Amino acid sequence: MTATAPPRRTPEAGPSSGKSAAGGRLRPRIVERLRQGGLPYLLLLPAILAELLIHIVPMFFGILISFKNLTLFYIHHWNSAPWAGFDNYKAAVKIHQPIGEALLHSFWVTLCYTLLSVALSWLLGTAAAILLQDKFRGRGLIRTLFLVPYALPAYAALITWTFMFQQDTGLVNHVLHDQLHLTSSKSFWLIGDNSFWAMVIVSVWKSWPFAFLALMAGLQNIPRELYEAAAMDGAGVWQQIRKITMPSLRPVNQVIVLVLFLWTFNDFNTPFVMFGQNPPHQADLISIHIYQSSFINWNFGSGSAMSVLLLLFLLVVTAVYLLVTSRGRSENDV
Amino acid sequence: MRSSSTSSRLLAATALVAALGLTLAACGGGSDDDSSGSSGSGKTADANSLKGQTITYWASNQGTSLDADKKTLTTELDKFEASTGIKVKLEVIGWADLLNRILAAATSGQGPDVLNIGNTWSASLQATGALMPWDDAAFQTIGGKDRFAPAAIASAGAAGQDPAAVPLYSMAYGLYYNKKMFADAGIANPPATWDELVADGKKLTTGGHYGIAVEGANGAENIHHIFVLAKQRGASWFDDKGAPTFTGPQQVAAVKQYVDMIAANKIAAKGNAEYVQNQTITDFATGKAAMMMWQTASASIASHGMKPDQYGVVPVPVQTAGATGDAGVTSMVAGINMAIFKDTKHKDAAEAFVKFMTSTDEQKVLNGKYGSIPPVTEAQSDPAFQTPDLKVLAEVLAKSAAPLPQVANESQFENLVGPAVKSLFADAAAGKAVTDDSVKAALTKAQQQMPAS
Amino acid sequence: MSRFTDQPSPMAQPKSFLWTRRVVLTLLLAFVLVPVYVMLSSSLKSLQDVQGSFKWIPHSLTFKPYIDIWKTIPLAHYFVNSVIVCISATAFSVILAIFAAYTVSRYRFLGRKVFTVTVLSTQMFPGILFLLPLYLIFVNIGNSTGLTLNGSRLGLIITYLTFSLPFSIWMLAGYFDSIPRDLDEAAKVDGCGPLGALFRVVVPAAVPGIVAVSVYAFMTAWGEVLFASVMTNESTRTLAVGLREYATQNDVYWNQVMAASIVVSLPVVAGFLLLQRYLVAGLTAGAVK
Repeated sequence: MTATAPPRRTPEAGPSSGKSAAGGRLRPRIVERLRQGGLPYLLLLPAILAELLIHIVPMFFGILISFKNLTLFYIHHWNSAPWAGFDNYKAAVKIHQPIGEALLHSFWVTLCYTLLSVALSWLLGTAAAILLQDKFRGRGLIRTLFLVPYALPAYAALITWTFMFQQDTGLVNHVLHDQLHLTSSKSFWLIGDNSFWAMVIVSVWKSWPFAFLALMAGLQNIPRELYEAAAMDGAGVWQQIRKITMPSLRPVNQVIVLVLFLWTFNDFNTPFVMFGQNPPHQADLISIHIYQSSFINWNFGSGSAMSVLLLLFLLVVTAVYLLVTSRGRSENDV
Repeated sequence: MRSSSTSSRLLAATALVAALGLTLAACGGGSDDDSSGSSGSGKTADANSLKGQTITYWASNQGTSLDADKKTLTTELDKFEASTGIKVKLEVIGWADLLNRILAAATSGQGPDVLNIGNTWSASLQATGALMPWDDAAFQTIGGKDRFAPAAIASAGAAGQDPAAVPLYSMAYGLYYNKKMFADAGIANPPATWDELVADGKKLTTGGHYGIAVEGANGAENIHHIFVLAKQRGASWFDDKGAPTFTGPQQVAAVKQYVDMIAANKIAAKGNAEYVQNQTITDFATGKAAMMMWQTASASIASHGMKPDQYGVVPVPVQTAGATGDAGVTSMVAGINMAIFKDTKHKDAAEAFVKFMTSTDEQKVLNGKYGSIPPVTEAQSDPAFQTPDLKVLAEVLAKSAAPLPQVANESQFENLVGPAVKSLFADAAAGKAVTDDSVKAALTKAQQQMPAS
Repeated sequence: MSRFTDQPSPMAQPKSFLWTRRVVLTLLLAFVLVPVYVMLSSSLKSLQDVQGSFKWIPHSLTFKPYIDIWKTIPLAHYFVNSVIVCISATAFSVILAIFAAYTVSRYRFLGRKVFTVTVLSTQMFPGILFLLPLYLIFVNIGNSTGLTLNGSRLGLIITYLTFSLPFSIWMLAGYFDSIPRDLDEAAKVDGCGPLGALFRVVVPAAVPGIVAVSVYAFMTAWGEVLFASVMTNESTRTLAVGLREYATQNDVYWNQVMAASIVVSLPVVAGFLLLQRYLVAGLTAGAVK
């Protein structure tokens, strides 16, 4: 969630190259070399161990399971589950068969959900950050209040929204139907077509403050001289926003969009808390779809195969995204 | 000045190790490595050898809260410890987590010694091989199989196999009706057939009140009702080999009849389509709906302030008056079973505990507290279970209840067909037509996703 | 680092801009605050009122939910669990991230690129892919070493710390890059080793970045539901899963859910808002030219 990824200087050989306090004697120099060479790895070791234990090894384990026929008949003796070859993958990608079709549907729902949520979060975040750029009375308070959704624990926020979306007694219908008379009857938000939109609204509510925060940080770095020069040239506020602010925010945007995309695409909490383990068809996000396959249908092989496909998709998207957006940047930017 | 660098590195390392050590100390608890007792061979264990053993028990949420359950059960567990010397470590687990916890335990072999399971999970969990099968020898240790109601035993595992669990609490569905609302609408008797229910429901649906409330978005509830409605037509959801038969005309008709409460007949509020958190009981207890089909609901109704004399309970309607056999089935066999985890190191102590929990006295106490019906027939004669509503439900359980299909893929059935019915309700609530074709399409799609067994 | 520099506008703003600002900010405030208001007002209603139709102004107020929340579930216990788990996970995550970020930022070594790319890509792993494998690994570690990871707070701490580690490393490396290397060189001339330079020069200069990373790590752990629901038991359960227990067999105690949410959120929101200045400054990170 760093605000920008600027061209980083490639670090030189080592921190204290040639400035060894030990002078010219040979032995200490070798020791020094070893320490110099080993130190980076030593410093990285805890992080590497943690990543290995929690992410890397379980992931390979998960990939292994995806080639197994690990159903409820085998979970008690999971290491004796028969090999399934590519069967789990085949079932997942056969889009004209029910399982593949359901997965594809879920994938599209997730993609639409993610694109909408990220776009709206970015839009709101940008609007708020720009409108709060200049000093005015109440600015600090508003800025603080805007951060509240990010600071609320996910469960508390989600359950409150669910409460508000109830058809008969919820606030949303109270406002839309009883007070504004916009709808002829109370609409459903937690089932049917609207459930997708309910989920998008909640997701935007949760995510946009993050975009706002990062963009606010990005705005701090735009040199004031740029604005002054533009003002001198007679550019109005709107023009300044278009000509200076937006282009300067590009590196920040690159990061925000990617981060929000990954978070939202893997979002599990939102549908799970709002709809339970069986969300409506229209809100069948991929993470919960896989959860069902694994933990409710007890077919971990199939669930793992779907996860691996999802992971591959995200890797490709991220790689392409970084390639496209980082053209001309230092290759050290990750 | 090398020493400076070394010392600062040392300092950092020490701080890290110290911090890590602290957490280890703080978090190391929670393991329950106790004096592991003899894992005897199932023969009557010498009572003395069990003394001082500790077993772990996962209980399901039966009362008003996890905490209330904990208090209720702890009183009983203390009695058990006093008489046997076996200590029971109790954990009450909410329904949201219970199946996942059991699943994880089954996979890893690291779980409780004794656990509660929803009886509809019996066959699925049986298929995993994680639960101890209750053969005749095992049943002998708790007093024999024939102490239990046959319907309850039939809901403890697949037919032809040793049960995977022992019935603990039994429940049955009944039709709850609001006496005053019926009287006000001029209806003398509660409905006995579905036609009567629809006719009564239409009379009762006026001015913001509705004939009946249903839990439309609750997959499990949906399954229980369409099971009965199909059974009354002589149809089952699985054939003898355990293959799904979702798309037969009777099954379609059963689902349609249920969904039509909102769709064609409009005797239930549209809003019911999103009910998933027992709002049905609230609606019934607050007079918003005149009827509901529920299992042993007296405690929940009372918690909303409705008094026992304000409502009546009768069996759920049938298709034609006086039907018997399958056509006369009015409820699934609902309930909670108690299982022993196969990997337990304390088998004898676990059996002793199950024996205690299913003893006639304990059955009276526990079922009395939870408002359920004892599956142990001897305990049913207790005055606590002679209230008008429990008498009706006990009768249903004895005469007109059938176990849900006891097949390994039952949980997929719930997970696929339950939501299918939910989205049909959603269609109905949104004003879309629910036809035989749309029901059949939904069920076909569900069936196609069932794993081959 | 640039903090909030409350810059006066370079030129008078036109009416259109002022009106846009008023309208947009008002709408956004409403969007943000309505759920907060619902939470607050519902937490002060009786169960019957909460279950009835929504009213903007409750017709009677009660503090009973705030008393009942402690009895319905062991809220205080869950809160303590969450605090222990989240703070420990945050602390370790940040310490590990500082070491790793410093290394990535200051050294060129074999495998540097592999490390950064691999670690970052773990951020994409769907949790559902490694939930069961991780569970099994924890159980096996427990069986072979006696170290209880499954169901213990320690297991959850280790898990959560890695959830925030990748981005933390990335953010901090960016931040460290923005700290002039001359500073640590100078420290080394004064006789500090690389670690001395890190802790005496780089870390103090990177406080905003470290705070930002800490907040991020804390919030990541604080809201996690999926892993906690499988890997905790009664004595180690965290709030994120524990709060669900207000929905029981009989009823959903909406008023208590809301009251409990407010009680447990208050300290977090307060802390978060206190630190927000650092947060912005920390996020400004490597963008300094």
